[in-house]
Amino acid sequence: MSTAGTTAAIQAADIITEAHPPTKRRFIKSFYPTWFFIPAVALYVVFFALPTFSSFYFSLTRWSLFDSTFIGFENYAQFFSDPQLYTSFIHTLIYAVITSGAKVIIGFFLALLLTSPIVGRGYLRAVIFFPVLISTIGVGIMFKSLLDPFHGMVNAVLGFFGLPQPGWFTDPNLALYSIAGVDIWKGVGIATLIFMAGIVAIPAEYFEAARIDGAGGWKILRQITVPLTRGATATVIILSLIGGLRSFDIIWVTTGGGPGFTSDVLASVIYKQYQAGFFGLSTAGNVVLFLLVTVIMVPLSAFLNRKQVEL
Amino acid sequence: MSRQRTRAWIVGIIAIIVSAVVFLVPFAFVLLQAAKTPAEASNLAFSWPTHWQFLQNFWDTLTSNDGVIWRAIINSAVLTITSVTLMVILSAMAGYVLSRKRSKWNPVVNFFVLAGLIVPPAVVPTIWVLQDLQLFGTLPGMILVEATFGLSFCILLFRAFVGNIPRELDEAAVLDGAGPVRLFLQVVLPLLRPVIVTVIVVQAVFVFNDFAGPLYFLPGDQNVTVQLALYTFSGQNLSFYNLLFMAIFLITIPPLIAYIFFNRQIVAGITSGAVKG
Amino acid sequence: MFSRRTAARVAAMLGGAALLGASLVGCSAGSGGSGVTISLMAGGNDPAATKFANTLATAFHKANPTIKVKVDTRPGGTDGDNLVKTRLSTKTMDDVFLYNSGSLFQALHPDSQLQPLTDQPWVKHITEDFKKTVSTSKAVYGAPNGTTFDGGIMYNKKVYAKLGLSIPTTWSQFISNSEKIKAAGIIPILQSYGDTWTSQLFVLADFANVSAQDPSWAQKYTDNQAKYVNPPALAGFTHTQEIFDKGLMNKDYASLTNVNALKELATGQAAQYPMITVVISNVAQSNPSQVNDIGYFAMPPDSGEAHATVWEAGGAYIPKSTTGDKLAAAKKLVAFLNSPKGCEIQNSAGGIPAGPFAISSCTLPSNAPALVADELKYQQEKKTGLALEFLSPIKGPNLEKILIQVGSGITKARAGAALYDNDVKAQAQQLGLKGW
Repeated sequence: MSTAGTTAAIQAADIITEAHPPTKRRFIKSFYPTWFFIPAVALYVVFFALPTFSSFYFSLTRWSLFDSTFIGFENYAQFFSDPQLYTSFIHTLIYAVITSGAKVIIGFFLALLLTSPIVGRGYLRAVIFFPVLISTIGVGIMFKSLLDPFHGMVNAVLGFFGLPQPGWFTDPNLALYSIAGVDIWKGVGIATLIFMAGIVAIPAEYFEAARIDGAGGWKILRQITVPLTRGATATVIILSLIGGLRSFDIIWVTTGGGPGFTSDVLASVIYKQYQAGFFGLSTAGNVVLFLLVTVIMVPLSAFLNRKQVEL
Repeated sequence: MSRQRTRAWIVGIIAIIVSAVVFLVPFAFVLLQAAKTPAEASNLAFSWPTHWQFLQNFWDTLTSNDGVIWRAIINSAVLTITSVTLMVILSAMAGYVLSRKRSKWNPVVNFFVLAGLIVPPAVVPTIWVLQDLQLFGTLPGMILVEATFGLSFCILLFRAFVGNIPRELDEAAVLDGAGPVRLFLQVVLPLLRPVIVTVIVVQAVFVFNDFAGPLYFLPGDQNVTVQLALYTFSGQNLSFYNLLFMAIFLITIPPLIAYIFFNRQIVAGITSGAVKG
Repeated sequence: MFSRRTAARVAAMLGGAALLGASLVGCSAGSGGSGVTISLMAGGNDPAATKFANTLATAFHKANPTIKVKVDTRPGGTDGDNLVKTRLSTKTMDDVFLYNSGSLFQALHPDSQLQPLTDQPWVKHITEDFKKTVSTSKAVYGAPNGTTFDGGIMYNKKVYAKLGLSIPTTWSQFISNSEKIKAAGIIPILQSYGDTWTSQLFVLADFANVSAQDPSWAQKYTDNQAKYVNPPALAGFTHTQEIFDKGLMNKDYASLTNVNALKELATGQAAQYPMITVVISNVAQSNPSQVNDIGYFAMPPDSGEAHATVWEAGGAYIPKSTTGDKLAAAKKLVAFLNSPKGCEIQNSAGGIPAGPFAISSCTLPSNAPALVADELKYQQEKKTGLALEFLSPIKGPNLEKILIQVGSGITKARAGAALYDNDVKAQAQQLGLKGW
């Protein structure tokens, strides 16, 4: 929002309201009717706020199909003492950081590439965004076949070159990272799009001036492009980190949290407990996930937004 | 100058080849599998089908299991269109007022909007609410839930963009005798077109491909959506990989069509400098 | 505006497509006229279960032309257990569903979730043992579906004959047999973690041996007095780890599926597969000429005599959400299951008998697979024991995943057993059992 425009608007409003009797002033004030809020607020309260607040209560109970008994923080104690639940917590953090970090870095450089004068730019932009459209389940099934350790195409190619053929989704040490790779493949398109918007918004004069001053590619990158795309970077970091922390679909369809528990994350554990009918425990897991995301995101987004450079 | 042109060509060609391998080959694999016989498809090899039966598989997949794939596409389409329409209208209205109106409530509202983005939905209590409203396991219930979950993202975007529209336009319209609703519909909304397009595309893709939502809130074979159908289809057709991949292909078609339609609009909207982070 | 016109165009296209699609799908769910349509949930999603359900539905419809039956499938293993529980709790379950008996049945809270069937005519024909596994103190809730079957080692008779091996009666004999098989270039022991439920067999199929050593183990377990972390029950976990440590498994154990593993067993690529014999019906579909090459022997114990672990037949149940006309039709379908025609289907279409029936109205055909004779031998020598899930209501939801960890070398046997004891605690508390 430009401050100049706001000032002018306020001045204009003052002039108008001075020239008109009080009834007109009241009319202008109600130009932005409060009732515009109501439908959105209604949906939000009923389907979001209400369940979220009641989940705090229910996470403190043992909840079955029929009754709920209050058990205090036992669900949480169980959650953090159970080794497999605890490791899923760690996996969630690892997964979120890796996917988010990769999307930011790869997305940024791809955006640089796609905003520079190269051949086939229009085609490249379309192709990179395309995986975003494919259903997550479809992507999961597709890669499960491509990365099958014994029959998959990827390992066939690797074998042809005499390279090792790992069990992408079946090796306990590799499973989580393979899934992260697929997630990045699918999601890098959106990151690139947002970065492209940020880069294109930088006025051309800045680049002109830098070039006239004799600055090379790297210097321009460091001193103009990166600082002036802070807004886009912040957006990508926030969106991808939140998505990574809450990720469920792609993990569930490729490994179901396996082999064993080696690729379980909070969201898949919550789902398994819900499936088994441990509703209280599952809701407690939801609360833990909520706290985790809030504790990470609120300070982070405050930090990122403060560092924005005004254009 | 020509050194720059050669560089443009070389980098371009490398990028095209790499992108084709990374992004197009997997999809080519899907298409090839979708054209094979069941026995050949279960080999999972990246090979040309010896017996090309694309149309046969197309028909079999569509009619398999009572046409579940087809029903899923219809359900998902209805769900997507209705919930996206609902959330766009509601959040445009809310974002508009949020941006324009100076109120001491604004920081509070902003906090709740951000919370809606961060906080994961509390599943079981939401099921309870839906059950109380007799909406659990119904498409209207799912529509309302999807619309609610999309509100935050849309409101944030709309609020930012309305901020870019100068207030003088509002004043001018008022002077011309416009009422508040007409001001919104005929002056502000048209100027928000790039945002609306962006929001529609992003949210439509999200809702269409939502797996966890219908998994929890929309059980039942009649209501099956695209992701869920594909998931159960994969479990049922253990020996029919060709049909499975055909199903993946079929499910990719609607978003693909939408993308081809709106592609130019998105890129134009975003690269016109409208988004400032 | 451009966007409005495009929107209208898109809407028209979708509308037309929807109409076309509706006509393509045809009249499936619509019951024209006075007919009733009920839904049947199959007992799994493997080819045998699917074929059985479909054949049953078609035959029933022929015998009752006014009733149509729509068939659904569900995953096996814990995914299936959880799907059944979720459907029941959200009242979206099919009108008739096929599911396990015993503790898994108890976990459904039958008194409040299922329709009582005590007054049905077929109830007087079922065996006492089976009746216990589908009843509570209040009522009988299920009809037998399929035969009783055993869990242990399914083996390829031809491979054994070729290598001159004899049936192992102790665990050390089993290992030495397996090593001889490995030396001959054949896969000694198959594991198929591509279907997670198959990882449980070393533990579950060993239970008759545990009962033989300690007959009250099941009761102590329910009362939180006996644990897996101690012998004799620990054996199942140590066995799972041992075959991994000794390299006696197939290379693709992590991704192989149950159906494909059976194919390898039938063709002699592999020699032994810890499994429940009910899966023989899948072999009948994929390798019909090799069904009789497969035999059965009980899980060899560390010490003492080998006992065969017996699983009771599954059940066919009706949820409380089925009422009125649909309830009457559903009861007819359940009764049809064990009528002469129904028995015939159980004996053939994807439902080859893997042991004796649990109801006297169905008899074993003369061409039952070879492994049934192997199972009957244990029955005649009175060396059998019921599986734990029929003697105790507790079964934790994560056993399969824990055993995959043990069988893949991620977790050690004792640690895995401790994890499972902990897992079971949550389930017991959820069921409201005393002493936990």
